[in-house]
Amino acid sequence: MAQPEAYITGIGMSDVGVRLTRSPLLLTVDAVREAIADAGLTLDQIDGVATYPGKMPSFLGFSPVSSDDLIEVLGLKTRWHIGAAESTAQLGAIIEAANAVKAGLARHVICFRTVYEAAAMARPEEFPPMERRKDVSGNSQWVSPFGAFSAANWTAQYAMRHMKRYGLTREQLAQVALNDHANAAINPRALVKKPLTMDDYMSARMISTPFCLYDCDRFTDASTVVIVSAGEALGDVKATPIRIAASAGSVERYSWDQAEWAGAYPTGRDLWRNTDYTVKDVDTVQLYDGFAFQPITWLEGLGFCDVGEGGQFLEGGTRIARDGALPMNTGGGQLGWGRLHGFGFAYEAVVQLRGEGGARQIGGDPRVAIATSGGGPMAAALLLAKD
Amino acid sequence: MAWQRSRPRLDRENRAFWTGGADGKLHITRCSDCGQYTHPPREMCRHCQSENVAPHAVAGTGTIDTYTVNHQAWAKDMDVPFVIARVKLDDAPGVYLTTNIIGSPVDAVDIDDKVHVVFEEQDGIWFPLFEKVA
Repeated sequence: MAQPEAYITGIGMSDVGVRLTRSPLLLTVDAVREAIADAGLTLDQIDGVATYPGKMPSFLGFSPVSSDDLIEVLGLKTRWHIGAAESTAQLGAIIEAANAVKAGLARHVICFRTVYEAAAMARPEEFPPMERRKDVSGNSQWVSPFGAFSAANWTAQYAMRHMKRYGLTREQLAQVALNDHANAAINPRALVKKPLTMDDYMSARMISTPFCLYDCDRFTDASTVVIVSAGEALGDVKATPIRIAASAGSVERYSWDQAEWAGAYPTGRDLWRNTDYTVKDVDTVQLYDGFAFQPITWLEGLGFCDVGEGGQFLEGGTRIARDGALPMNTGGGQLGWGRLHGFGFAYEAVVQLRGEGGARQIGGDPRVAIATSGGGPMAAALLLAKD
Repeated sequence: MAWQRSRPRLDRENRAFWTGGADGKLHITRCSDCGQYTHPPREMCRHCQSENVAPHAVAGTGTIDTYTVNHQAWAKDMDVPFVIARVKLDDAPGVYLTTNIIGSPVDAVDIDDKVHVVFEEQDGIWFPLFEKVA
């Protein structure tokens, strides 16, 4: 008997905006409807739901919708669901779904990530903000008391050390934002509508050195959906199926400041453990870029260049451009498309592998792509293939 | 920083770390069996799984492993810029502390600088901050 396989068979997305008024549950339903229509499925064929991280009542803007909210309003008859808060990283929800369909626990799983941080900030009476954490425990006690509230501060420290040790420059780092803006400008669904110049970048205000405003993603309201289906259920589906050929997540120690380097390094290496594909087979990469330094950790961790050479890899931006040797974040990434929080990378990888990118479609009939999510200890990677 | 620091909620694992400054001591959890350090503090050694662990006063000296100059006021009354750093302790291998570097202009701080601990007390918590060794 052949090994069970899992495929991405549908993708969908709601409006992407800042301070949207449509509710997060309805945005999620919008994205689900688009995804199941894309797959050629109907709601009564859905028997699983996976989300990251699951509803967070103390921080509703970050995650306002639970898997059971969706099951309830859509009247789904599910056999399996999960809110993957303690999984490897955002795309960990998709990895869990792939494992579930391979194990026969479900045939077609809706995977979603809904973010509502911009709207929540604008409507605090409806979405109370997280307190400024006067009383902290768990992991936040080791960083918040020192004013290191944001992942920008934590990630910036990895970037500063890369600069000191390996000579990464701000001009090299800028290529991530420039590339994202150039791609977003021709993606009708992206937040960013126009390209960015090096002058714009260099004159932007600092957030946390070396990160300026353009190195950090911004709060966004959106829902992104991916349908994961069992190989044996592909007969139900009309779209070109994209196989999840391998996955890996959060290898080694789970800590933002006690691990020497980000989880992208061991996780990137681990992705190749269960596949015959190699880096040479990859046609495009969609690498998590909540902060501009993170793609460097993924490029090095996955083996597209040696550790320390990520800055040189980005030099001038030609390699990662749509017509370059390794087109990266072709939909605009999080710095251009918006803070879709990981799922946008899987969505865009599927768009490119199917050849549905329109003005932003890369050439050469791409067959293999990588999508990643996470920074610091969080790390999840998908190797996707069109067979 | 005029800003009121977030206050760690004291519990059996973290109390010695956050209150040791009252006696001028930086406490890091050490295993009496294998001699290695566990940080963040736990009731078990993360290296040999012995429960024979206790807070140990380390020297309070280290080097700046990495840092960032924070320019964004994340909270009301937060004075910026200031330095957030990750300090590698001299005598507790494998332990890093996220902290602030005080007493120097932000542009006078660099990776590999030698630093030593200074405590700042707020409401019964002694926050271990660091300043450059003269």
